[in-house]
Amino acid sequence: MSEPLLNVTGLTMRFGGLVAVDGVNLSADTGRITALIGPNGAGKTTIFNCLTGFYKPTSGELSLSHPTRGKVSLQTLPGYQVARHGVVRTFQNIRLFPRMTVLENLLVAQHVGLMRKSVLGVAGLLGLKGWRTAQKEAIERARFWINRLDLAAVANEEAGNLSYGMQRRVEIARAMNTDPLLLCLDEPAAGLNPRETAALGELLQGIRAEFGIGILLIEHDMKLVMGISDHIHVVEYGRKIAEGTPEQIRTDERVIKAYLGEPDEEELPAVVAADIAEVAAGEGDRV
Amino acid sequence: MATVALPTRLKDAAIAAGLALVLAIPFIGLFTVSTDQGLVVNSRWSWVAWAVGLVFAGRLLLGAGRDALAARANRKNNEHIDLTNHHKNNRILRGIAIGFVVFIVPVFFLIYGGASGIQIILALVICLLIGFFLDILGGFVLPALKKVDRSSVGTRLTRAFMVAALLFAVTLPFMPYSDRYIIDLGTTVLIYILLGLGLNVTVGLAGLLDLGFVAFYAIGAYSFALLSKFFGLDFWVCLPLSGLIAAGFGVLLSLPILRLRGDYLAIVTLGFGEITRIVILNWQGLTGGPNGVSGIPRPGLFGLSFERRPPEGMVSFHEVTGIGFSGEHRLMFLYLIVLALVCLAAWVINRLRALPVGRAWEALREDEIACRSLGINPTASKVSAYAIGGMMGGFAGCFFAARQGFVSPESFGFIESALILAIVVLGGMGSQVGVVIAALFIVMLPELGREFADYRMIVFGLAMITIMVWRPGGLLSTRVPTVKLDQKGA
Amino acid sequence: MDASALGTFLQYLINGLTLGAIYGLIAIGYTMVYGIIRMINFAHGEIYMIGAFVAVTTFSLLASLGVTAVPLALLLVLLVSIFFTAAYGWTVERIAYRPLRGAPKLAPLISAIGMSIFLQNYVMQTQGSRPKPLAPVMNGGITLWNGDGFTLSISYIQLFIILLTLVLMLGFTQLIGRTALGRAQRACEQDRTMAGLLGINVDRTISLTFVMGATLAAVAGVLVTMYYGVIDFYIGFLAGMKAFTAAVLGGIGSLPGAMLGGLLIGLIEAFFTGYISGAYKDVASFSVLIAVLVFRPTGLLGRPDIEKV
Ligand SMILES: Nc1ncnc2c1ncn2[C@@H]1O[C@H](COP(=O)(O)OP(=O)(O)O)[C@@H](O)[C@H]1O
Ligand SMILES: [Mg+2]
Repeated sequence: MSEPLLNVTGLTMRFGGLVAVDGVNLSADTGRITALIGPNGAGKTTIFNCLTGFYKPTSGELSLSHPTRGKVSLQTLPGYQVARHGVVRTFQNIRLFPRMTVLENLLVAQHVGLMRKSVLGVAGLLGLKGWRTAQKEAIERARFWINRLDLAAVANEEAGNLSYGMQRRVEIARAMNTDPLLLCLDEPAAGLNPRETAALGELLQGIRAEFGIGILLIEHDMKLVMGISDHIHVVEYGRKIAEGTPEQIRTDERVIKAYLGEPDEEELPAVVAADIAEVAAGEGDRV
Repeated sequence: MATVALPTRLKDAAIAAGLALVLAIPFIGLFTVSTDQGLVVNSRWSWVAWAVGLVFAGRLLLGAGRDALAARANRKNNEHIDLTNHHKNNRILRGIAIGFVVFIVPVFFLIYGGASGIQIILALVICLLIGFFLDILGGFVLPALKKVDRSSVGTRLTRAFMVAALLFAVTLPFMPYSDRYIIDLGTTVLIYILLGLGLNVTVGLAGLLDLGFVAFYAIGAYSFALLSKFFGLDFWVCLPLSGLIAAGFGVLLSLPILRLRGDYLAIVTLGFGEITRIVILNWQGLTGGPNGVSGIPRPGLFGLSFERRPPEGMVSFHEVTGIGFSGEHRLMFLYLIVLALVCLAAWVINRLRALPVGRAWEALREDEIACRSLGINPTASKVSAYAIGGMMGGFAGCFFAARQGFVSPESFGFIESALILAIVVLGGMGSQVGVVIAALFIVMLPELGREFADYRMIVFGLAMITIMVWRPGGLLSTRVPTVKLDQKGA
Repeated sequence: MDASALGTFLQYLINGLTLGAIYGLIAIGYTMVYGIIRMINFAHGEIYMIGAFVAVTTFSLLASLGVTAVPLALLLVLLVSIFFTAAYGWTVERIAYRPLRGAPKLAPLISAIGMSIFLQNYVMQTQGSRPKPLAPVMNGGITLWNGDGFTLSISYIQLFIILLTLVLMLGFTQLIGRTALGRAQRACEQDRTMAGLLGINVDRTISLTFVMGATLAAVAGVLVTMYYGVIDFYIGFLAGMKAFTAAVLGGIGSLPGAMLGGLLIGLIEAFFTGYISGAYKDVASFSVLIAVLVFRPTGLLGRPDIEKV
């Protein structure tokens, strides 16, 4: 069996005395949706932060199998380099460039490639042909994602003025504009209504099918998670307590206990969703 | 909302007047004079009475005016609550801002220009008309070229204004009414525009506060002064060198502060400005200390000198062209070079905004963390923003030295940094037209008030507060997108 | 170290402490305002300058009225100066900053710079641009050590400055830590909206913060007037800049930080002037500040602000 796209082993993150992530192993592969679930404060976002270079993990190995660059240890890269290796994320609390338009947001995401093609700006300043073509291509790529995420009507609006649901979509579109290998989504359905959530599920499945990239998904909406995930990892208090297919997780004793404190397998998804929604609502402005 | 009853307003005005009384007593009412017997306290109570009365009346009127405005806004809001109102508002304000400049310039010329104000107003009107004409022409030509022009009235107005301003600026030195003083002042305005454009990159685009921008100005000026003094280099060699040296210092400055944010940047950059000034002031051997450097050569045109007696190896402009010597030619020439560089700088920066470099600056201003998550190296963005901004400051300094023929540390105090920052913020962060308008305002207002020289800085300080309170986002606060998606088939 | 060198060192130490005490008093004004509304009150230096001018006027007035008892005169001057300076501090906030709450971040800064330009020129116009010399109020001092090759003395005024500052700082720490006002302030620092919802009068709390800052600045103004015996309209800018440096060095927003920063800047200035060069003392202060910030981006006692993602 070949190496998975991402292989995390023994990831540990300490903040002073608090062990936010404790020896977590997980993997994510191309063409698959891998979900990461767990109660609030379990350390899911912290795992993302380690993965995408915002925190230096206390210990552990984050190994990426890059198609051209071979094996890369993500934890050794400077933060901004992670995205250049194809691992890109969205944020639990949306982080757009609010005073730039949707189109501009998506063009910023293509910075690395465009920077090269504008020869650090020189070719761009002179308006050379190569640059002009590159710019057109960049806009076309942005247009593709704008249409794909149904943002055409607001393409020239400032991102900060959009509705919450639209901002979530812009963030995903922006991440996709970096041409990622692994797309990491931190609670993309938080704050969406059921219809928007269903659309999100279809979108993610579409991306998986069409682009064959890996998706790593943190999500509390169990219906969504159970519906689209190929594989699920469950964390609690920084430790991984279970992993498996949605069916296996649905019936896993420890998972049920973690969520409910008592076994009650039938109703798990609905109850958990309601439970989590309640907690999440009170948590709106935490990162 | 109901209007406030008169008694309430009277009471409010009385409170304000009471406060004014308290504030006025120790400074307006009492003052000390040095005599042989030490300090003696004198009084001028009539002034206090005036101050208190003014505040009372002013507060009353202001309250009434605010009520009226609020009532109108309320009526409007009840009619239709939508976003178009906001846009209309912006357009009106832009109109006011432009009108303000169109107004301040002729008034200025009326007072100081030797010639009649009619000439100036005529020149301005003609420029504006040409501007509009060109814009309308563009409206016909562009569709013919199959380039659709979808710009709004606002942007077209701004564009027309820019064309007019440019025409006015280019023709200014050749106009009959332009004397030494006016051309010189024009040069000053242009130098401040250049400084504003530079700082606009750092603060307006990249969002990195800089309270010590004057350092780059000083470094540019001293680079030229010292390079010419010690190595005999001339203006045209020193101009790019000044820019590069200042850019180098920009890089140097940016390194220790990469990790700092917002307000911490304020004091460190302020410190950098002060350190520069103090070093220049005290490094006597190199900079001449407080005496400065004099005898800085004037720029020539392809080896032609504008001096009456050209330096060795140069021929004088008036001999070659045979127009006869005039000291003004030199000023006109300098004015035109600065104007050219200002235009070039504005063009380059505007262009950079739509390139990855510039877009990364704006993204950095908006959200540094999001930038990192997209593979943008924030360090590179910060360093380049300080470097490009610093370079503009360096150019401006070089021009300053060339204009004065003399530099001293006095010209580079903190107040300069504050004024340049004020140009950027008052104009509206990131807006180049805003920089032009604010630079005109900042340079011309104190000049206008030369009659009341004593009080002009008081008025100036008050004006800064008033404008900020009136328009916290600056005069032109709407951001123009760098690129638009045209809706195919939509 | 030989005896006279030790004496010189101790003398510089005393001078530095005196200076540092004054910077610390002003720095508290910066830090409290920053803590509560996250803005740099650039005009705070001018508030201190206003305090000094009121002090000069009051001292002169008292002298002409024949009030010669030093303790009485001093008490009166302190009270008068605090009263008027606090009025200025309150008004500055009301006019230039309150309308700009929630405005883009740089707007209040520019407004503050405008206010600073205004106040400086206002005082220059109303009081004249020439320096104001004041006859010494407190003379004499204590010789702490004499003989063994050196003398060490501390003047009464230095002693007074250091002691008064100590008392004020202790008092303020208690005020912030123990009283309802202090609690309201800390609540507003953390979350202004929430504090407002819980019934704290946010506007009043902010106004009082400015008044408290101005009070300490007024005291600093009185002390400086007595210490140097001469003031002019420009002292606010210089002292303000140093106090601001001190506040940031200590960690802006932190009260003990402001005191520590003030002391450090005072000591750096005194020692640098004494041992190396007076001309470059400000370069030294700023260099120390930059060096500290490189390693501790939020100052010595500032809470490191964790970048939560
Ligand atoms: N920068 C940080 N400093 C200190 N503690 C942190 C930091 N980031 C996260 N934590 C703590 O780590 C734990 C896990 O948080 P998080 O990863 O956000 O949980 P989740 O995303 O699963 O809800 C929490 O207790 C949180 O307070
Ligand atoms: Mg989380």
